[in-house]
Amino acid sequence: MGIRIVPADAWIDPSRAVDRALVTHGHADHARGGHGQIIATPATLAIMAVRYGVADGAVPASYNEPVALGGGVTATFLPAGHVLGSAQILLEYAGERVIVTGDYKRSPDPTCLPFAATPCDLFITEATFGLPVFRHPPIADEIARLLAARAANPERCVLVGAYALGKAQRVIAELRAAGWQEPIYLHGAMEAMCRLYVDQGVPLGDLRPAAGVPKPDLAGAIVVCPPSALNDRWSRRLPDPLTAMASGWMRVRQRARQRGVELPLVISDHADWDELTTTIAEVNPAETWVTHGREEALLRWCELHQRRARALALTGYEDEDD
Amino acid sequence: MQRFAALLDGLLLTPSRNGKLTLIADYLRETPDPDRGWALAALTGAVDFAPVKAGTVRGLMADRVDPVLWALSRDFVGDTAETASLLWPEPEPAPQGQPPTLGEVVTALTAATRANAPTLLASLLDRLDTAGRYALIKFATGALRIGISARLAKVAFAQAFAVSVDAVEEYWHGQSPPYTPLFNWATGAAPPPRTDLLPLFRPFMLAHPLENEVISLTEYVAEWKWDGIRVQLVHVNGVTRVYSRGGDEISASFPEIAGALPFPAVLDGELLVRGNQQGGEAGGAASFNALQQRLGRKTVSRALLTAAPAFVRLYDVLIDNGEDLREQPWTARRARLEALMPRLDPEQFDLSETIAAADMNALAEIRAGARDAAIEGVMLKRRESPYVAGRRTGLWYKWKREPLLIDCVLMYAQRGSGKRSSFYSDFTFGCWDGDPDAGAELLPVGKAYFGFTDEELKLLDRHVRQHTVAKYGPVRETDRSLVFEIAFDSVHVSKRHKSGLAMRFPRISRIRQDKPAHEADRIEALRALVT
Repeated sequence: MGIRIVPADAWIDPSRAVDRALVTHGHADHARGGHGQIIATPATLAIMAVRYGVADGAVPASYNEPVALGGGVTATFLPAGHVLGSAQILLEYAGERVIVTGDYKRSPDPTCLPFAATPCDLFITEATFGLPVFRHPPIADEIARLLAARAANPERCVLVGAYALGKAQRVIAELRAAGWQEPIYLHGAMEAMCRLYVDQGVPLGDLRPAAGVPKPDLAGAIVVCPPSALNDRWSRRLPDPLTAMASGWMRVRQRARQRGVELPLVISDHADWDELTTTIAEVNPAETWVTHGREEALLRWCELHQRRARALALTGYEDEDD
Repeated sequence: MQRFAALLDGLLLTPSRNGKLTLIADYLRETPDPDRGWALAALTGAVDFAPVKAGTVRGLMADRVDPVLWALSRDFVGDTAETASLLWPEPEPAPQGQPPTLGEVVTALTAATRANAPTLLASLLDRLDTAGRYALIKFATGALRIGISARLAKVAFAQAFAVSVDAVEEYWHGQSPPYTPLFNWATGAAPPPRTDLLPLFRPFMLAHPLENEVISLTEYVAEWKWDGIRVQLVHVNGVTRVYSRGGDEISASFPEIAGALPFPAVLDGELLVRGNQQGGEAGGAASFNALQQRLGRKTVSRALLTAAPAFVRLYDVLIDNGEDLREQPWTARRARLEALMPRLDPEQFDLSETIAAADMNALAEIRAGARDAAIEGVMLKRRESPYVAGRRTGLWYKWKREPLLIDCVLMYAQRGSGKRSSFYSDFTFGCWDGDPDAGAELLPVGKAYFGFTDEELKLLDRHVRQHTVAKYGPVRETDRSLVFEIAFDSVHVSKRHKSGLAMRFPRISRIRQDKPAHEADRIEALRALVT
């Protein structure tokens, strides 16, 4: 149900309410509500406040500033490059250094600070895309495909399914960077999180609710919604939407096909295979633990490269929508 | 190759039939010869480069990727070509010049030998991106498996050039890739290819299942639906060929049939083996199982010819001594067929008798007896129907007998491929070999991978994941707690299975979550249904 820090009597990303939780980032499967004390970055706390209301026990931890947890344990939150506010957690105890990566990526993202590779003894890494078939292409190529599909279908609108926290804002920011200055329309579930990003200093340009806009006005527009709304009743209000999905899983054709996606965009906020393996090599820990995702392949890679590694089975994390 | 790769990806991601037709039609119009012809060949399953097999691709990958990482990746992706296209190491330095065209690929692979095929394929793969590599492997191994039927490709061809699809079907056979005469005809550059000089396959007329249609026997004639394989016999210029349903030539497997048609004609019938299971002594045909041992053989031993002699029960005549009868009504063709019978050896040919019934109620009673007679059901053919390719509404109906049902327990599951990759969708199920409360075991009796909806598939996938007790490579063994009602057409004795039984057309008819596993059926219950 999470990783327990025994000497400090605290948990990292617990899936049930506990007295004291350290939270790596704001995705719902990592950040649950109801904890006594929550230690997280200010941005993660702000995200959790949007989701669960302001928590009494919120303790902000700035990046790179050690927090004494008691029991001789110090925790330092380091940028993870996953979404706004996301952090790796460095734990120091009796001269030993442990890093829990949470979710992370190495490719550039205008909406959050880049991953900081930091030496440690034990590296607990995620493995969501831990298979060598996963190589995320440069995001500029995927954004260019999105814009080309839009231009080729002037009567339709492009409906982009994207995780409401992080992925949606990254896609919007990258569209802006590619020169798309028209209004971008949002599903209702996206609005609060986009507002929060803007408040936290991430410019997203002209955003408007899709609800209430007459159908013809959305021809040629780009609309962003959560993946669950792609083929839902909600999308019937749109003019013959061309369904796109921004996800690392889109790398595999049949996954795109199963979701009924016409335009798969391989955009992920997780490390791909090359990032996972080069990060282990760069951090160069004495031992690696591999958790939530496809552990077996990454463990095999560690074995082939004479690195000590083991699987850490954690349940309750779901990244199927990434 | 890039354009073909884009076509494949488009077809994979376009759900609607019309969308697929447009994609193929646009491609065929806009792509030059011979590339479009080779693409068409690939879509219709007519591409085969003998030295390039799926094993060639696996061999190339084994030299480049760790076997464990390959196996994990292949299992996740669910498709060898796609896995290889994703894992192929990008060459350094990046290749110069254009990626290969389809025509160039064909020239290279046609000249390939078993020895140099891997090197050749590797050098082509080096010149392509991920999508191009996927398309090349699919093309070179001849196994597209992207859910496009040959028929759909032909309809798209007809749509692309505004010609009739029946004409496309007619001229198709006898043509080989890259089909240049066919494109020349369709684009108006040349007259249609001649079909009367060669022993060519003509597309079969097929039947719709009878559902709620009201049928009068004054308008329709009834025949038995014999359980063999549908064949077409073509004799032109002293050469006889036997074709199966899909237009594959099977003459070599049935020399006694191929040698027995002495005059020019095209005949339609059911290939059967002599016996008495179907319709008793009078029926004169063995079960489908007996026919199965004759299928797929390149040569046939004298012993097998004697043990399982084949014959054709004739349904129809398409062409008689050069005269095309297909436009004529069934009654006229039937009269011509009957007139031909005295000229045929009764050892190899007989006539499919029509069934005399006063009305549909009477026919229903006769059909109800079809189970004991081990016949699949009855056919209803409109007396006025011409012989047309494919299924046309209102002309021919098949009225199969009701399926048999038995309750089995899910034992093993395997992931599917294609659309169902990642889903556990191939199920092995068993029956008890005695009293389950007295320590009986489950014995596998069959395998099914259809009969359920997409929603049910999700439920079954979840069940398998949550009830796994052991894994054997890609196979999961479950805790044997879920009961399936299995529907099947018949069951036969088989030495291949531990249970000694083999079902025909098993499918999952219902998921019986309400039924405890120990109440599932026993092997004896299934054995009692053997025909």
